[in-house]
Amino acid sequence: MQQTPCTIVKKERLIPGQTSKLVISCPHIAKKAQPGNFVILRVSAQGERIPLTIADADPEAGTITMVYLVMGKSTAHLETLEEGDALHDLCGPLGQATHIEQVGTVICVGGGTGIAAMHHIAKGHQRAGNHTVAIIGARSKNLLLFEHELKSFCDEVLIATDDGSYGHKGFVTQVLEERLKTDKTVKEVVAIGPVPMMEAVSKTTKPFGVKTTVSLNSIMVDGIGMCGACRVSVGGQVKFACVDGPEFDGHQVDFGELRQRLAAFKPQEALSFEAFKERHGK
Amino acid sequence: MEAYRECRCKAAEGKPVKKKKALAPRVPMPHQAPAERIKNFNEVALGYTSQLAMEEARRCLQCKKPACVEGCPVEVPIPQFIAHLAAGRIEDAYKTIKTTNSLPAICGRVCPQEVQCEGNCILLKKGQPIAIGRLERFVADEYLHRDACDLLADGAKETCPVIDPEKKVACIGSGPSSLTVAGYLASRGCKVTVFEALHELGGVLVYGIPEFRLPKNRIVHKEIHALKQLQVEFKVNAVAGKTFTVQDLFAQGFKAVFIGVGAGLPRFLNIPGENAIGVFSANEYLTRVNLGRAYDFPNYDTPIICGKHVTVYGGGNVAMDAARTALRLGAESVRIVYRRTVDAMPARHEEIEHAIEEGVIMECLAAPLEFTCNEHGHLKAVRLQRMELGEPDDSGRRSPRPIPGDTYELETDLAVIAVGTRSNPVMLDNEPLLTTNKWGYVQVDEATCETSIPNVFAGGDIVTGAATVILAAGAGRTAAKEMARRLGVDS
Repeated sequence: MQQTPCTIVKKERLIPGQTSKLVISCPHIAKKAQPGNFVILRVSAQGERIPLTIADADPEAGTITMVYLVMGKSTAHLETLEEGDALHDLCGPLGQATHIEQVGTVICVGGGTGIAAMHHIAKGHQRAGNHTVAIIGARSKNLLLFEHELKSFCDEVLIATDDGSYGHKGFVTQVLEERLKTDKTVKEVVAIGPVPMMEAVSKTTKPFGVKTTVSLNSIMVDGIGMCGACRVSVGGQVKFACVDGPEFDGHQVDFGELRQRLAAFKPQEALSFEAFKERHGK
Repeated sequence: MEAYRECRCKAAEGKPVKKKKALAPRVPMPHQAPAERIKNFNEVALGYTSQLAMEEARRCLQCKKPACVEGCPVEVPIPQFIAHLAAGRIEDAYKTIKTTNSLPAICGRVCPQEVQCEGNCILLKKGQPIAIGRLERFVADEYLHRDACDLLADGAKETCPVIDPEKKVACIGSGPSSLTVAGYLASRGCKVTVFEALHELGGVLVYGIPEFRLPKNRIVHKEIHALKQLQVEFKVNAVAGKTFTVQDLFAQGFKAVFIGVGAGLPRFLNIPGENAIGVFSANEYLTRVNLGRAYDFPNYDTPIICGKHVTVYGGGNVAMDAARTALRLGAESVRIVYRRTVDAMPARHEEIEHAIEEGVIMECLAAPLEFTCNEHGHLKAVRLQRMELGEPDDSGRRSPRPIPGDTYELETDLAVIAVGTRSNPVMLDNEPLLTTNKWGYVQVDEATCETSIPNVFAGGDIVTGAATVILAAGAGRTAAKEMARRLGVDS
């Protein structure tokens, strides 16, 4: 349990100014973390609680890995921390672990920073003995994350870029659809990324009747089931993403509602980010 | 009627009558004026001055068999502490309270005294009871104000117990029940460690009860600081069932475990539109404002929606807290929607009065049917069903029933659901050996508070469902006594 501070032991700027990877020393969390789990952190004493997926865990080294996209005050503040700095608060591992069993072929689809979270789950499927196929996408080649990590253990890695600078020209859903048409051994599709991407993947797999798991990124406060900020409609039922999820059946999720709820604090988020940029002279 | 109140037969017979001294009313406590206080989050009730407190203390009759003590769930020796106070011995008064109550500055503020100690006061038969809560609060504040460190350090060798590192006890949760267990056992020489899931200590005292009723830095943190001086260790960001399990604790050498994790899972209304933007559980709304200090956004990062027309659903203390918070965040109108009438509200009378003084509108005999929103998913209105009171039921209460066809709409852009909580499964799902009842609360032996796992105790809302701070503290005290007995430390 947290007594020694959770310190950044390694920081890698994957896409400078946009996406970074942190390896954090926190043996108590590393020991318990499973694929699919997340943490809640606070950057400072005045900070808000934000959820980030555990992208990797090394129980022996006592570290977890997190990847984030700088998109507002808290992630921008996190981006100012360097190796040796400590997070103010780090709490976890939270949420249900991914349900992993040996089923055959599993396709893991990732977009943006979601690729990092997806990679931890893909690793779990690989270890369980599944034929693991990763499909990853980005706007262009230089924005593609975790390609080498995935190639180091996945059976196949398929790539799509919007501008065609690398791999298939177009979206990951096109690559996925082609594969589903020809490969009847696919038992499950896992999708992690921006909401529109997870929604598109779920639409793509529906006609094929393939089980589809998505990891939802709703707004969270406590992350331990106390408040319902993260509530989502799944199959007409209200679920709390932090304790019932964050993974759900993509064919049952009300993505429209999720998209709207994610925009709930847009004006306040912009205000907070502006105030931060002013203070930090950006 | 007057004639029957007093026996006048002696006077009628022309015999001399001993004139009874009229009972003095209780000394009023200064408050911030309503118009002023709705513009800030400072404490509403300002507390007694020394002079006022001693004046009120002198009203106490010093009963030989004090009924007030029976009404107190932790059995504070009330006449004794009041006698010390009346004589100006603040430190003695404080130490007397502390023998049974770990959290006097908090209990003096948030207990429903009218149904506990003050409800039992003998003076209630002739007039107003002693303001026991206000006096307890005064003693605790005055003592903490005079700097607890100095007072504790003075003669520390006699008062501070020697901690036996072998007698390790874990408390899960840092709300009132756990803090009571920690205080009781630490003062008897046990090595207590408190594990808290959130980043700040105090449970509902910090995330639930607002600053204007219970100041965090000045009161809650000071009470916790007093426990730290007893060498209680606190670990935050530690989630039971996730970061660690009860088994892990025993493996780490803890001899006994107390579970005081509360009942934090919010209930919703289960009506259409409840996931609209602007509909919050009271837990989320209050956690953002209190724990996240969203009232000081953007100095603090946690955002909140400040509604113009706010509706709050429920009639308990949590509903009052949410409504009064919304006013302070600048709402134009705040309504408490309740399906019964004001006199049936479970909230403390004082809180209802304060809310009404501040301008909260009681929208009674109304039940929500549906929330409607605009094309961006933002809440804009609520449709309500008008209710009427039916015939008294078996319990003697007239239960509300809908008036067929009588519905109406209210404009609202912020709705707070305060209709109660349930047992939170995060910890319990990961402790399969822990027996729960059909509502998901932990089952305990009533006399000892021991659970189905030997040497694991539980108390507070995780056993009873949502109740009060002092009942949680009382359960903590019961468990702590048994834990102390088994550890061989009770004197």
